[in-house]
Amino acid sequence: MSVIYILLTISIVVAIGFFIAFIFAIKRGQYDDSYTPSVRMLFEDELVKSSSNQSIKPKKED
Amino acid sequence: MEHSSCFHCGDPCEKDIITFQDKTFCCNGCKTVFEIFSEHDLSCYYDLENAPGSAPAEIAGKYDFLTRDDILEKLLEFRSDQTEIVTLYIPHIHCSSCIWILENLHKLKSSITHSMVNFGKKNVRISYNPNETSLKEIVQLLSSIGYEPYISLEDFNGVKDKINRQILYKLGVAGFAFGNVMFLSFPEYFEVNEYWLEQYKPMFRWIMFFFSVPVVFYAAKDYFISAYKGLRSRFLNIDVPIALGVSVLFIRSTAEIALDLGSGFFDSLTGLVFFLLLGKFFQQKTYAFLSFERDYKSYFPIAVTKITKNNEEIPIQVYDIDKGDRLLIRHQELIPVDGILINGDARIDYSFVTGESTKVKKMSGDKLFAGGKQTSGVIEMEALKSVEQSYLTQLWSNDVFNNKTEDYFGGLTNKISKHFTITILLIAFIATTFWLATDSSKALNVFTAVLIIACPCAIALSAPFTFGNLLRIFGRSKFFLKNAEVIEELAGINTIIFDKTGTITANEENTIAYEGKPLTTEEETLLSNTLRGSNHPLSRSLYELLDSHNILTLDSFEEHLGKGIEATHQNKSMKVGSAQFVGEEIEHQALSTTVHIKSNDVYKGRFTFYNKYRKGISKLFNDLKANYDLAILSGDNAGEKDNLTKLLPSKTKLIFDQKPEDKLEYIRHHQSEGAKVMMVGDGLNDAGALAQSDVGVAISENVNVFSPACDAILDAKNFDRLYDFIKAAKSGITIIKWSFLLSFIYNVIGLYFAVTGKLEPVVAAILMPLSSISIVFFTTATTNLVGRRLKTKKENGT
Repeated sequence: MSVIYILLTISIVVAIGFFIAFIFAIKRGQYDDSYTPSVRMLFEDELVKSSSNQSIKPKKED
Repeated sequence: MEHSSCFHCGDPCEKDIITFQDKTFCCNGCKTVFEIFSEHDLSCYYDLENAPGSAPAEIAGKYDFLTRDDILEKLLEFRSDQTEIVTLYIPHIHCSSCIWILENLHKLKSSITHSMVNFGKKNVRISYNPNETSLKEIVQLLSSIGYEPYISLEDFNGVKDKINRQILYKLGVAGFAFGNVMFLSFPEYFEVNEYWLEQYKPMFRWIMFFFSVPVVFYAAKDYFISAYKGLRSRFLNIDVPIALGVSVLFIRSTAEIALDLGSGFFDSLTGLVFFLLLGKFFQQKTYAFLSFERDYKSYFPIAVTKITKNNEEIPIQVYDIDKGDRLLIRHQELIPVDGILINGDARIDYSFVTGESTKVKKMSGDKLFAGGKQTSGVIEMEALKSVEQSYLTQLWSNDVFNNKTEDYFGGLTNKISKHFTITILLIAFIATTFWLATDSSKALNVFTAVLIIACPCAIALSAPFTFGNLLRIFGRSKFFLKNAEVIEELAGINTIIFDKTGTITANEENTIAYEGKPLTTEEETLLSNTLRGSNHPLSRSLYELLDSHNILTLDSFEEHLGKGIEATHQNKSMKVGSAQFVGEEIEHQALSTTVHIKSNDVYKGRFTFYNKYRKGISKLFNDLKANYDLAILSGDNAGEKDNLTKLLPSKTKLIFDQKPEDKLEYIRHHQSEGAKVMMVGDGLNDAGALAQSDVGVAISENVNVFSPACDAILDAKNFDRLYDFIKAAKSGITIIKWSFLLSFIYNVIGLYFAVTGKLEPVVAAILMPLSSISIVFFTTATTNLVGRRLKTKKENGT
């Protein structure tokens, strides 16, 4: 039954791991702006489409 | 072609429609932006939203100051040889297209390496390579695509506001501990006397203890500090019983596990702190894009153009302006200091500073006051004072702006907490003496149990959740409050004072009345064509009013500055202007603005410009008059007095010619007589009054642009709904009172267990979250009901 020591240690380590991840997420400002990312996420398609055009264009112009 | 709207900005195209690639544009600026975007494959901009843009502003020379190193130093967030980073506030950001185009800036200018929008704050963070471009070029690029950044003196003072993430950390700590402690205390809830569980009990308990330590000493820190502050100022605020409850919980639980008496209440302890913080977090709804602390600095420019002795024009930081400097003020620029006009056609718009609605004409040699906006061409002036000593800015040295109350002990919750704390302590002592007499071993147990179960978690949550939710509901109706306390103040007011210009009148609109002999169609055509050539604001508004007529080629056209205009067409003449200009003697000098018409040397009549009052104003005042003292304090002259007396209920006090200080004194005087004053204003001239009043509401045509320091910002479109908001605030107070009652019921149940000495940890662990959750549910549901009523009223109203 002393396996419970290992199990408890693992479960607490995992929990603390997630807790630290949460703290880092706050620190990096991930919770500062909760709206823009939700919109930005939907732009991916347009960005890919036009960036392929764009990579040729400016070089020719400049 | 009638009433098509602009493909770029969505404004109706009225006159001079431009058609390009089958699309209509209201002006050349919009068309140019469209061209720029299509050239760079950025026309997706128009797919995401309909007509998302805004017409670009005239910017020649406006941003020359961005080449100055000392100004750049203050504005830039990061500076190195390879990269510079700047965050610019752009009021126009309003939709997903805006985000998209601003995050694709690098396609318009390859030297921009990265740009990221914060939609909530309406700003964009741009990194660029300073060797290839400059901040000035970037700002000009943004302006040219209709996203002009707003750079003010406030940015120069450069205290970048630190985001306060404390509450998030604390919430994280408490939530983390709460979850884990709950998990660990689960086996003990069922009281199965199983051998292995008994064996490992102490370990489980000590792990719970270690989880609770950061909750008590870090997450609940603020409650102890606030309770200490309250006690020091001899006030039993709500945090006193909370701090008492938390510390008793912790000490008793620790003692229990140390002496192996029981499992302790760590689950209730962490849950309590978690719920309390959740309430705090919910109440902390802030509108990042609004500022409630602004003073003149966010209205003033960073720099102006100085003319040196060698007639060179150089940008100069406004704090560096010395007495005697010659300054160049361009069209639509702000006069930063008091001074004397040297030359140019000065027509100063002081509406924001003094509340006067008409533009003031100044002659060379006249005194100019800081804060006015030049509205016709370029002028030159000589500075008489420095920025801080100017007439307008001195208002901010008044005490009301420096008295920032630090600790807030007012409010319903704190009022009730005093009685609550005393009652609880009384019950605890009575119960303890009773048990001392009957069974002294249980006395300490009962004493602590009472303090634990009576910890006013539910009471402390009532106000935050009610107000927090109301704050959001108000926000949806474009009524933005600084914080939750404003709602309580709002419910308690008994006097409402309004400013006139810009508050009860619409800023840009006038109503125009014609008196005199009727004009023939021919005359009207000529009049309209005469006005067409003039850029004077009065001519423009009159021109907009007249029906469109055929365009004539005038034979002669002459504009006499400050007097009027004169035109001829096929031997018919037209004179439009002031009374003296048309040569007509007027018996009484009217206070209102008039334009006189003379056709073929015959006096025809005059157009009088009246303020246009916001719609619903009469109804609003009539609704309010029964319960509130109403007054209008205007910085303007008494020209509108007759109009106002007709419009408003007779008991409304009308006071004119009020200087900013007078308004402040008026409010202070009424407050000393016990009135709770709400001030509704809009401009810098109301800033003192807004700060002095109990609730200062700033009316704003566009909530993104400047409004002075206040407690609440109300969108001008919803001005007529002010009474609905006050009523909703009052229902909020009623809701809180009901939820107090609800939490008392829980407390009575809990106290029954406590005084009888039967408080098991599992009972506390069920009762505490249950009471908190039901309070949250009750307040949220009822405030949403209030919100729905607010919404349906709006739909019926319009």
